[in-house]
Amino acid sequence: MITYEWLYILAGSAFAVWAALSLKDGRWGNAAFWALLSASFLLGSHLSDLANGMLVLAMVGIAGLGGLKRSDPPTTTPEERQAHAGQLGNRLFIPALVVPLTAVAGTLFYNYTPLGETGLFEARRETLILFGIGVLAALVGAMAWLRPPLLAPAQEGRRLIDSIGWAAILPQMLAALGAVFALAGVGDIIGGVARGVIPEGSIFLTVVVFALGMAGFTMIMGNAFAAFPVMAAAIGIPLLIQQYGGNPAVIGAVGMLAGFCGTLLTPMAANFNIVPAALLELKDQNGVIRQQVGTAVPLLLCNIAIIYVGAFWLWS
Amino acid sequence: MNYWPLAGIAIVVLGFALRFNPLLVVVSAALATGVLAGLDLLAVIEALGKAFNDNRYISVTWIILPVIGLLERYGLQQRARAVIEGMRGATMGKLLVAYLAFRQIASALGMKDIGGHPQAVRPLVAPMAEAAAVKTHGDLSEEARDEVKAMAAATDNIGLFFGEDIFFAIASILLIQGVFEAAGYPLTPLQLSVWAIPTAICAFAIHAWRVLAFDRRLGRAQR
Repeated sequence: MITYEWLYILAGSAFAVWAALSLKDGRWGNAAFWALLSASFLLGSHLSDLANGMLVLAMVGIAGLGGLKRSDPPTTTPEERQAHAGQLGNRLFIPALVVPLTAVAGTLFYNYTPLGETGLFEARRETLILFGIGVLAALVGAMAWLRPPLLAPAQEGRRLIDSIGWAAILPQMLAALGAVFALAGVGDIIGGVARGVIPEGSIFLTVVVFALGMAGFTMIMGNAFAAFPVMAAAIGIPLLIQQYGGNPAVIGAVGMLAGFCGTLLTPMAANFNIVPAALLELKDQNGVIRQQVGTAVPLLLCNIAIIYVGAFWLWS
Repeated sequence: MNYWPLAGIAIVVLGFALRFNPLLVVVSAALATGVLAGLDLLAVIEALGKAFNDNRYISVTWIILPVIGLLERYGLQQRARAVIEGMRGATMGKLLVAYLAFRQIASALGMKDIGGHPQAVRPLVAPMAEAAAVKTHGDLSEEARDEVKAMAAATDNIGLFFGEDIFFAIASILLIQGVFEAAGYPLTPLQLSVWAIPTAICAFAIHAWRVLAFDRRLGRAQR
């Protein structure tokens, strides 16, 4: 049976290659960071919780001290890229499309044919595993088609992962923060406060408070990922799902999108709202946010309606 | 009730506001929250290590980077620019609506890095929108030009945010999956990502309508 462990070995190997190439490039901080992440993927299942915790602290230490830098591995020049793009045309999009197609078509095929009964994939893990298979297929196909130097995909991948840097593990770290928050009872505390505000038994008002809470927390923290574990533990799971029996998939997915409406409204989300204002040399630093308010607010109302209808009406 | 664990949220807010490294902020918040809730520091580190380890699948998605990087080596970004440039000739409103659709669809298919402010908005979308607006409405004031450029940036953000979650192998979807699984509600990424579709349609309808209304308003302001 193919499990997530296989994916961890694949990803761990990729991080190991990036660590080795960084080392060869003399970028010690990058090499150490990707080597530790690789160790987490390859060995994490066999290490103690404390050892995994120490791995986390070490990675955060490197990132916190500014040890991760952008890199510039050998690649093609803009002129060469322009020439290739002209020659290859829209076919360039095909390898990128192979990945989602493999995953979606594969998932549907696996679940609606007898293949699903073979237990080839770990239960409920098939989509991400098929995503991994899609990546390998796209990579092999693109290598055969474009015939680049053998190390090119590794080097190009390193260029991109180094441009993302420490942010590559931020979502995973925020999920871990959510788990620690849950252990410490943060959700219960905020949930207790929320329960005091919402009239008992009003599903609609609970949905409203959940969505507004997602947007509000996102505006404060500048990041819907940070807000989600808190609001899910406070209102989404205990009230909407456990008490009122709502559909978890709708509450999770649309709750996150309610948070994205908050991202459109806050200068704390600097990458999306402040950086472009600077890039475009706008006189008003909040000019981009001003243009987003008129879309974000009605869309937040739509999300409230979608959660209410999708999670409760259509579900029951 | 002990309200001290809420200090963790305060640390996140303050740390992000003061522009400390976000990883550092998140881990400090986790350690502080656990200790303030009365847990032993080592136990908090163990809990953090276990949770990080259990959520590794969120970061698995980076294995796609060699494919994207390889395609970029052969001009993926340049090809995407050519597609955007092909939208030229229309009015500002139509141009931005077309870009919104392009950005949403590309993100929904997992290509969220074609587009973006430094790569597409500054060099392409904003200047093209400005040129189209000047062509239809005549010379514009400095303020109006800024509004057009800001609308181009806003369109990029909205197209990305309300397209990307339709793609299941993305951090936000996997984060939802992780949080719900830890709470005892196992879901598949696909179950979650289909529920991003209604919001994506609403986002397109609302923002497209606003962009077209903005174009008409600019026309009235000029007369």
